[in-house]
Amino acid sequence: MDDLLQDFIAETRETLEALSGEIVAWEAEPTDRARLDAIFRFVHTVKGSCGFLDLPRLARLSHAAEDVLAAVRDGQRVPDTALVNAVLAIVDRIGEIVEAIDSGSALDDSSEDLLIAALAEDAAPTAQSLPQSSMPNRTNARSVRLNVDLLDRMMSSMSEMVLARNELARRLRDQPIEPLVEGALERLSLTVAEMRDTVTRTRMQKVEALFSALPRMVRDTAAELGKQVQLTIEGSDVELDREMIELMRDPLVHIIRNAVDHGIEAPADRRAAGKREAGRLTVSARQSGNQILIEISDDGRGIDTDRLATKAIAQKLHTPAEIAMMDAKARLDLVFHAGLSSRDVVTAVSGRGVGMDVVRANLENIGGRIELLNQAGRGLTIVIYVPLTLSIMSTVVVGAGGQRFAIARQSVEEILNVRGEAVRVDRIGDAAVATVRGRRLPMVALGSLLGLDRADAAEDANGKLAIIATRDGDYALAIDTVLDTEELVVKPAAPAVMATGVYAGQTLPDSGLPMLLLDGAGIAAVAGLRFHRAAPVEETETVEAERGISALLFEDLDGERRVLPLAAIDRVEPVPTEAIRRTGGRLRLAIGGALVPLHAVAPIGSRSEVPVLRLTDGETDIAYAIHEAIEIVTLPRDVAPAEGAGTVAGVVIVEGEQIELVDALALFAAIDTAPPADRLCLLQQDAGGWMDTFLRPAIEAAGYRCVATVPPGASADVIVTMDAPPPPDADPAQVVRLRRERTGGDAMSIYRYDRPALIAALARAAGE
Amino acid sequence: MDLFLIAHIAGRGVAIDTTQIDSVVDLSPVVAVPRAPSAVRGLVALRSRVVTVVDTGIALGLAAMPADARRAIITRLDGHHYAMLVDSLEDVASFARQPLSSGLALDRGWAAAADGMVERDGEPMLVIDLARLVPAPQAIAA
Repeated sequence: MDDLLQDFIAETRETLEALSGEIVAWEAEPTDRARLDAIFRFVHTVKGSCGFLDLPRLARLSHAAEDVLAAVRDGQRVPDTALVNAVLAIVDRIGEIVEAIDSGSALDDSSEDLLIAALAEDAAPTAQSLPQSSMPNRTNARSVRLNVDLLDRMMSSMSEMVLARNELARRLRDQPIEPLVEGALERLSLTVAEMRDTVTRTRMQKVEALFSALPRMVRDTAAELGKQVQLTIEGSDVELDREMIELMRDPLVHIIRNAVDHGIEAPADRRAAGKREAGRLTVSARQSGNQILIEISDDGRGIDTDRLATKAIAQKLHTPAEIAMMDAKARLDLVFHAGLSSRDVVTAVSGRGVGMDVVRANLENIGGRIELLNQAGRGLTIVIYVPLTLSIMSTVVVGAGGQRFAIARQSVEEILNVRGEAVRVDRIGDAAVATVRGRRLPMVALGSLLGLDRADAAEDANGKLAIIATRDGDYALAIDTVLDTEELVVKPAAPAVMATGVYAGQTLPDSGLPMLLLDGAGIAAVAGLRFHRAAPVEETETVEAERGISALLFEDLDGERRVLPLAAIDRVEPVPTEAIRRTGGRLRLAIGGALVPLHAVAPIGSRSEVPVLRLTDGETDIAYAIHEAIEIVTLPRDVAPAEGAGTVAGVVIVEGEQIELVDALALFAAIDTAPPADRLCLLQQDAGGWMDTFLRPAIEAAGYRCVATVPPGASADVIVTMDAPPPPDADPAQVVRLRRERTGGDAMSIYRYDRPALIAALARAAGE
Repeated sequence: MDLFLIAHIAGRGVAIDTTQIDSVVDLSPVVAVPRAPSAVRGLVALRSRVVTVVDTGIALGLAAMPADARRAIITRLDGHHYAMLVDSLEDVASFARQPLSSGLALDRGWAAAADGMVERDGEPMLVIDLARLVPAPQAIAA
């Protein structure tokens, strides 16, 4: 509500400023219809907002003025000087009240009746002598409202600046330059990069803007269907490009309606299934690297994949043989097929069939993807991954037929030499097939598909193959060269260009020449490739193993070069140094609201940002601060084991140099993670809360889950009590009694600050 | 009276409503768009924006513009910018827009693009609606 009020104040203030000219003009010429309309619109808007925001005083004033102005517009009243003055007095008063609301000061309302009375047709000309109230101090605005257009213009000037800088750098490169000039250029580059970052941030908005409408929608939808749904929203403060937020709106609404309609069962069915009557729906957002994850999970019935499969056969989308070959995931993915819905009954809430296919297509258009985690009978979790910003995409720039094209990096699986050992190109009929390490892939020659060259790229000994992954299947795209990888600002191209089906957008790279972004799936469709959900590729695993392990070569904080297997690294990201502190006995990194234990072989020093490797073993996340990442290398088979214990597993030779191999296992082993809290400890609460404050953290650190009352269906493994008697049905062996006095008291009890004895007693009582 | 820009397209003088015109530019080299309709000559960078270049000759169903045509009128349609190639530009003046003379049989693309006429010193000129020269998306030829 506060946000709305702030918006209202800013908007009213702005309109008033713009209106001041109109008011003066209207005063000079009361019959001017355009001015009258402008003022009418203003009071009308204020009236509308007031009802909504519960501002009765403003509502009363604006309502009175609106009535009079409406009468003037209808020609029932003549805008004489008295009327104009009275209306203007009200407009002024609206401005004063708005300022008073903003600064939080009180404003005397005694004269408002007079103001309204002055509007009456037979009002005595007292309007002039209205008491002039002093303007309350206007607070300094901490925010300004900006037109999105302006932000877009700023963004495009920004790109222009980057282009200008690049051109300058290019020109300077052609001639010998002074170190001073070079330094200045360097500084310019830094500033431009920083500014680009800031400008990008101005376009960010909290995902709250997307989530705020959900409670109402869920409530209405559930009420319509006679269901009960308890909605939990988490992570509303995650930020996302505002354009992205708009594009996410429809897919999210669709998914949530689906969850309430198809996912969550009617109360009676839920009772029968042993669930709580109210279904649970959780919507959460969090940031992971340069992606935002939006997770929608319900505890409803999940997707019945068998029924989906049956319907797919009935609708002749797939043959029974094809279905039989599908794994669980492939069957689940049928839900994305147009015209296929897991539900038989069409309701008013969710449409029919159309739905998830559209949702997925929309998400893919903005560079996102969607994942389903289905637990039949127990619920469905949908995870949406979207890039942090629409505007910047990581691409591979390729050359074909003398022209450059970009391909989204995420769709390129790998790039190979046509004449490389791992590749064989054959012709089957008039189709080309590439066999890559035993895997047969349809091949499309980009140059000839685009009509750019007659020669067959696959015949060219220098040609390359890009393996493109689409959601239907993979194929090999024959190209002439791979030029670069580039972060690009991608925009949609003109409709006539998009209609060709092979482009996903256009972009202006640093070269200053426009470039088209290829659409991997579109090219497959235009080339007429047909994919079958083929049997999984065997043997690839063994082939992969022979290729050796990929590892990241990096320069560590102590200046040494080390490697770490790529599989252990979740991602590499720069973090601000101030997020890293020695707390609770070790270095920790505060990131995204969580604490991650951090390894650093040497002090980080005075830099403001440090790259960290984020490692995960699936359960625990740790971070490893480095100086900088160098490149990805393939590890040789031979590893000389390290002497003694430590975080170095051994030494390998990479490009003739001795490199230490960091032991990911030792890094995780060095982290004192709490053992899983699977033992339940009942705290017989005292009135003072001593147990909760003092005892609970110590017990939880020892791996117990503390509760004040045992949840139904569970039983406590151990019961801790001090003054209160243990529950009558408790097994005495499970009870640990504490006493307040260091000595004396019950011999079986433990002094309450004797931690080792307490932990030992807990373990005994829990039966270990 | 509206303001019109007098230009030459496909060897004819035409009038273009200035409200449709963003700017008038000389284009830098054009990057081709393979598989696009032939009226789309390609893409060009205009400041930090990518603009689609339209060969107005082909758009009118006539011969293609010469390869070295550089002068273009920038117009905006549905959020996209287009550079409409022209032979040459004359000047801007106000004219009263008149309906097309009855019985006038316009040919090919001219009929589709014409949106009235103006008279300059007794010489009638077609008013061209730039939006109708922007190539429409074509179905994908498999």
